[in-house]
Amino acid sequence: MERSETMSNKKSFSLKGILRFLNSRKVAPYVFVSPFIVSFLVLYLYPMIQAIVMSFQQVLPGQTTFIGTHNYQRILNPTFFQALGNTATYVFFTVIILVMIPIVLSVFLNSKSLYFKNFFRASLFIPALTSVIVAGIIFRMMFGESENSFVNELLGLVGMEPVQWRYGAGTGMFLMVLLASWRWIGVNILYFLAGLQNVSEELYEAADIDGANPWQKFLFVTMPALKPVIIFVATITIINGFRMFEESFVFWENSSPGNIGLTVVGYIYREGIQQNDMGFGAAIGVVLMLIIFVVSIVQLKFFGAFKKED
Amino acid sequence: MKHWSIFGGAMLSLVYLAGCGGGSGGGSDGEGSGGEGEADEVEVIGEDSENATELTFWTFNEQHIGIYEDAVNRWNEEHADRPIKLQAEVYPIDQMNNNLLLSLQSGSGAPDMADIEISYFANFLEGDVQLESMNEYVEPVLDDMVEERFDIYSKDDNYYGMPYHVGATVMYYNTEIMEEAGVNIDEIVTWDDYVEAGEQVVENTDSMMTTVEVDEHFSFWPLISQRGSDYFNDEGDLTLANDTNVDTLQFLDDMVNEHEVAEVTPGGFHHSEEYYGYMNNGGAASLMMPTWYMGRFIDYMPDLEGKMEIRPLPVWEEGGNRTAGMGGTGTVVTNQTEEPELAKEFLAYAKLSEEGNIALWQELGFDPPMYTVWDDEAMDEPNPYYDYFDDEIFDTLLDLNGEIEALNITPDLPDVQSEIHTNVLNSAIRQQNQEPEEALKQAEEAVKSGQTEE
Repeated sequence: MERSETMSNKKSFSLKGILRFLNSRKVAPYVFVSPFIVSFLVLYLYPMIQAIVMSFQQVLPGQTTFIGTHNYQRILNPTFFQALGNTATYVFFTVIILVMIPIVLSVFLNSKSLYFKNFFRASLFIPALTSVIVAGIIFRMMFGESENSFVNELLGLVGMEPVQWRYGAGTGMFLMVLLASWRWIGVNILYFLAGLQNVSEELYEAADIDGANPWQKFLFVTMPALKPVIIFVATITIINGFRMFEESFVFWENSSPGNIGLTVVGYIYREGIQQNDMGFGAAIGVVLMLIIFVVSIVQLKFFGAFKKED
Repeated sequence: MKHWSIFGGAMLSLVYLAGCGGGSGGGSDGEGSGGEGEADEVEVIGEDSENATELTFWTFNEQHIGIYEDAVNRWNEEHADRPIKLQAEVYPIDQMNNNLLLSLQSGSGAPDMADIEISYFANFLEGDVQLESMNEYVEPVLDDMVEERFDIYSKDDNYYGMPYHVGATVMYYNTEIMEEAGVNIDEIVTWDDYVEAGEQVVENTDSMMTTVEVDEHFSFWPLISQRGSDYFNDEGDLTLANDTNVDTLQFLDDMVNEHEVAEVTPGGFHHSEEYYGYMNNGGAASLMMPTWYMGRFIDYMPDLEGKMEIRPLPVWEEGGNRTAGMGGTGTVVTNQTEEPELAKEFLAYAKLSEEGNIALWQELGFDPPMYTVWDDEAMDEPNPYYDYFDDEIFDTLLDLNGEIEALNITPDLPDVQSEIHTNVLNSAIRQQNQEPEEALKQAEEAVKSGQTEE
């Protein structure tokens, strides 16, 4: 009895000590960031190192062997380049659409002369709440190949031939970009709206005094003020674009005619998991990581994001 | 910090893989479509028996459970001293295969027994096979079985997968349309006759003769197998672009684009919603699919009841094979089971016994691999399949016994399938931007470039 009491005393004492230690100025910040660090180490860094190791292996049950750079040599094949081409095209269009349109819409939504502002804001944001898979299934039905599908009926009304949306390279890309745009525009509008709140009214007043028209105000006052937000939105859109998987999967489930919907991540999934070639999948993953890294750096340099704010 | 966030983002693409498994509909492969898109289901069989040993079983087709339900009940009556409680879990096909592959790879998490569809089976034969060999049970009864169906799930003389069916490919004719067109289906003997009959159908009715799959392989693969060809030869070398295959693809292309008696399957393959509706409304006069497709007619095309008749495939030349074994699923016992002996004995009891094989027909409408039961009296008992189709199904099948070629399954099969489904059929038949030979050659190159050196 006594013993356990003293032990619990000791325990509470040491507990106090620990709490004091954790609350100290030097340590507390680390305590607060520790969830991030731990999740980074366990969920990001460890898998990354494992993936790099795996990319030099042939991974089979009980027979995992190092095979040098063989996986990397196999990457340079037509299918990979097609996947990369599809992904790059997708990134290009999503970046253009998901930066330009939200800026314009958010300027409108921020304007004082617009009625039903909240209604429009809400309805543009709602798509972001749905899952890509659920929305994609609806899209797939709307863009069905039969002439009775919703979109083909609309085309019929204006006298156009029904389109086999899911079977052409152009229309296939259109579907993926459309789905992504529909879903993400609302979120990006949110970013830009937040950015617009920081634009000083005085600048617009000064521009008015100088006789600037609305277009000039947009170009020379609004845009420069939004620059940090544009950089941010462009960066996440690029990264998300390269990581894209669901938009393609929901339309074709990983076997699209002529690989028109194959993305790099889709290729990783197909080779690594479906075809049981994890080493090769990991190698593609490492290459994709390098590509995203380089593209992001180039893009940030291009926008001048590394320059010191003056 | 900025750098880290970008870096972290890039990492996600790798980590992402882990999350891909969920929610995939699957269903684009063979029998798999039965469980397509359904919520996971769990069924416990033999719950009421005391001290029962629990076995788990993964499958992708809810229908398959029926056969084990029957087997568990019989087993528990006969083996009161060691009863079984079977927990059957249904997952979407892609998800199930990914989970099984990863748990066998990592050494934990696998069930005692699982269904593996033929298109995926090769993946499980790579490396040290993580499945239990069933030889002690297979070998004694192999002579009564359609042996080819066991070969496809074997490696180095070890039999791992226990088949559900022979999967004999047959022709389903819509007799109503055929009569309207003035065609006697018993006079269709060769593929030339078939095309000729097709011209009559297109001329005299509003229907097409048939449909050709371009997103799946059930038009192309059975035809090359019928002609004794395959994607690979017996040694396992890739022979995708051989003359027979080129000629066969040309034939399909011609049926669609030259003779115009066939059209590209609505929805791309014969398991699509679009196709079920189209066929149910008399869109096509005939369909080439394996016998296990009968269930799809009953479930999805109710208006055709009593109108469909089954005949052997037309032949390429006189005396040629009139069928091909297609699709399939092997049930396996994994090496992670704690009760290997019990699991294997039970699986053999369910799949290799006479009762089990009769149940395969009665429960699932499959042509059972044990051909000695085909003329058993029990097979004649009325069931929904006889109501829907004609009564001579097994006479037809008995007639075809011995005309089924084995399929050559190699680790590269999934690669070939993916080329066939994405590029070959699409560009040769749907888009017509490649000649059949060109398309097959290109696919062969693509598969070769992806082959791992061994």
